[in-house]
Amino acid sequence: MNRIVAKEEFSQNPSVKMMQIEAPRIARKAKGGQFVVFRLDETGERVPLTVADTDPEKGLVTIIFQEVGKSTMKLGKFEVGDCLADFIGPLGQPTHMGDFGTVLCVAGGIGIAPTHNIVKALKAHGNKIITIIGARTKDLIFWEDKMRDLSDELYVCTDDGSYGTHGLVTKVEQELLEKNRESGEIGLVIGIGPPIMMKFVCKTSEPFGIKTLVSLPTIMVDATGMCGACRITVGGETKFVCVDGPEFDGHKVDFDELLKRQSIYLKQEKVAVERYQRGDDCGCCSECGGDE
Amino acid sequence: MTEEKKEKKEKKEKVNKAKKLPRHPMPEQEAKVRAHNFDEVPLGYSNETAMLEASRCLRCKKPKCVEGCPVNVKIPEFIGLIADGDFLKAAHKLKETNALPAICGRVCPQESQCEIKCVLNKKGDPVAIGRLERFAADYERAQGKIELPEIKPATGKKVAVIGGGPAGLTAAGDLIKLGHQVTIFEALHKTGGVLVYGIPEFRLPKAIVQAEVDYLKALGVEVVESYVVGRIETVDELLERFDACFIGTGAGLPVFMKIEGENLNGVYSANEYLTRSNLMKAYLFPEYDTPIVVGKRVATFGGGNVAMDSSRTALRLGAEKSYIIYRRSMDEMPARDEEIHHAGEEGVEFLLLANPERLIGDEKGWLTGVECIKMELGEPDESGRRRPVPIEGSEFVVDVDTVVVAIGNGPNPLVPSTTPDLKTNRWGNIDADPETGATNMPGVYAGGDIVTGAATVIQAMGAGKIAAAAIHEYLNGE
Repeated sequence: MNRIVAKEEFSQNPSVKMMQIEAPRIARKAKGGQFVVFRLDETGERVPLTVADTDPEKGLVTIIFQEVGKSTMKLGKFEVGDCLADFIGPLGQPTHMGDFGTVLCVAGGIGIAPTHNIVKALKAHGNKIITIIGARTKDLIFWEDKMRDLSDELYVCTDDGSYGTHGLVTKVEQELLEKNRESGEIGLVIGIGPPIMMKFVCKTSEPFGIKTLVSLPTIMVDATGMCGACRITVGGETKFVCVDGPEFDGHKVDFDELLKRQSIYLKQEKVAVERYQRGDDCGCCSECGGDE
Repeated sequence: MTEEKKEKKEKKEKVNKAKKLPRHPMPEQEAKVRAHNFDEVPLGYSNETAMLEASRCLRCKKPKCVEGCPVNVKIPEFIGLIADGDFLKAAHKLKETNALPAICGRVCPQESQCEIKCVLNKKGDPVAIGRLERFAADYERAQGKIELPEIKPATGKKVAVIGGGPAGLTAAGDLIKLGHQVTIFEALHKTGGVLVYGIPEFRLPKAIVQAEVDYLKALGVEVVESYVVGRIETVDELLERFDACFIGTGAGLPVFMKIEGENLNGVYSANEYLTRSNLMKAYLFPEYDTPIVVGKRVATFGGGNVAMDSSRTALRLGAEKSYIIYRRSMDEMPARDEEIHHAGEEGVEFLLLANPERLIGDEKGWLTGVECIKMELGEPDESGRRRPVPIEGSEFVVDVDTVVVAIGNGPNPLVPSTTPDLKTNRWGNIDADPETGATNMPGVYAGGDIVTGAATVIQAMGAGKIAAAAIHEYLNGE
């Protein structure tokens, strides 16, 4: 169960990796926008991750992650054939499907992964798709081909100009929305990426009055609505991202609160990463406290 | 002397004897020591103490205590066996009606269920039924001689139990003994529900819960963990491959105060605080990966058992101050006396007749304090308790860096919201017949907190038991 059947490193600095996990039931059931929770081993934490792709026939779920904390670093060390202790899903609400006309999808960095699965569903539903993918630098762009295949138009940009348009995704977004003023064909914007990027995707689309969905990467524990770790203010109301989301109307999300809440465990995360990198954490019984 | 008179005299003598023998206290870890560790607080009776305590039982012909027990444990019988020194048989007697005696002996509110009905209660202290129950169950486990009961011939019927908490475990235990095939679907990665995520190690060691789950597995119950019914498979889909379903998904939706500042960093629901500490073992961070904010000054809002568990956990995590902030007085507190007493002994401070009005934070989004208003008690409300009324202009601020909101839980909406035909009430609880657990859907039964709202472990077990009997009847009639 939960065996890794494929692994690929997309970039090294920071390390972004792709894995395919054998999880037939989840592969059959997961829809665009939903997420999974993984736990690596007995001492592991529960980490949410949005599904990047599924192959219902082969029973595979694709996840893409950036190594930012101990759990993702450790997951990065897992190899093909290894199993995850838990792989739970699909969780959260699927992306609401409808005929939106044209959907403008703006994906930043690691956000390309969840965007892919959502675009796949929206396309299958008959929508026209315009996609912007962007990252800090060329190495961090992945799945350009897959996104091009699914999109009617694809724009690529990098912050440092090493590939595609030089500039932020919001620059291209602004231009496309300006152009759209006359035709008015874009009925929905979806922005997925780091919180700060999503905040500005929403700021850019707001004056145009086009509904904008974002997918929020909050901290979670059980991810079934039981603990409230993921709560966030949307339109003045507290929502639980794990059961009410993960997608919300971005024009109503309190991004500043989200950014603050993301920082709750930074201190502990640092301790855990340092300890892991020192090799104190051998993943064994932890009886020796790292002395051996 | 007539027979009747003789009997009366004998009984009187027995009562007098029992009155002379005081109720035996439970040895405990010393408060100052235990406030800094997660080991269990009460240490259990020795064989000798258990026999002495058991000898206080009058073996009433019409035992009132049994009526007080939601699962009707054969109390005088198992206590009699302890008095005779036959501890294993006592455990087996318990298990005839109660699948989880080691757990109930620890977390049941005996003082308001069985012990309150004890005849001795009128003239002195009741028999320590809970402590004896715990003793017998622990004895059996320590001997490693777990006797498997008789399992009826296979019926070929399959039952899905959704939720591996007290209600689900009890229903599963009863149904498997009746010969049905039973699968428990648990959403979390460990089975036990509130017994593993909610109740702390120092009150209910997790090894005991694991032993009870292993016992059910030994009986043949299949346990599927990390399986979120409603998402991966709906109840309607389950009914395609099972003959009946029992829903025992609990009260897993935390209620917040809906006051300013509740999303500040450092503010937890009790569910999150306890889940991090108990299920995820955040108290062992960084050996375990899940972190928790270890506050220096922690305030817990609420006066129930969950509030006591949270405030006592805070001390053990390293808090210098741990407050309970409760809007009524000590007399109205819903927590068990034992829990309040333990919390007080360990150093938890009670700020009574105070209601949190606003949470105060710094520019980085971290909690720095809670503004409360003083309350006074007015006329009794619908719960019969005197209604707390705010005293105008009495606001005061308590400096805290962590708050745990322990004011209750709503029903977890995951299963009801994904089962369109299932009837719920206006609070989102599943509508189920209290006599049978039957819902409006044929073959679908429900019990525990998802039906009643937050209640006790034993009440949920009682509901699991009732539903198991009704499911058995339903499957036989099919």
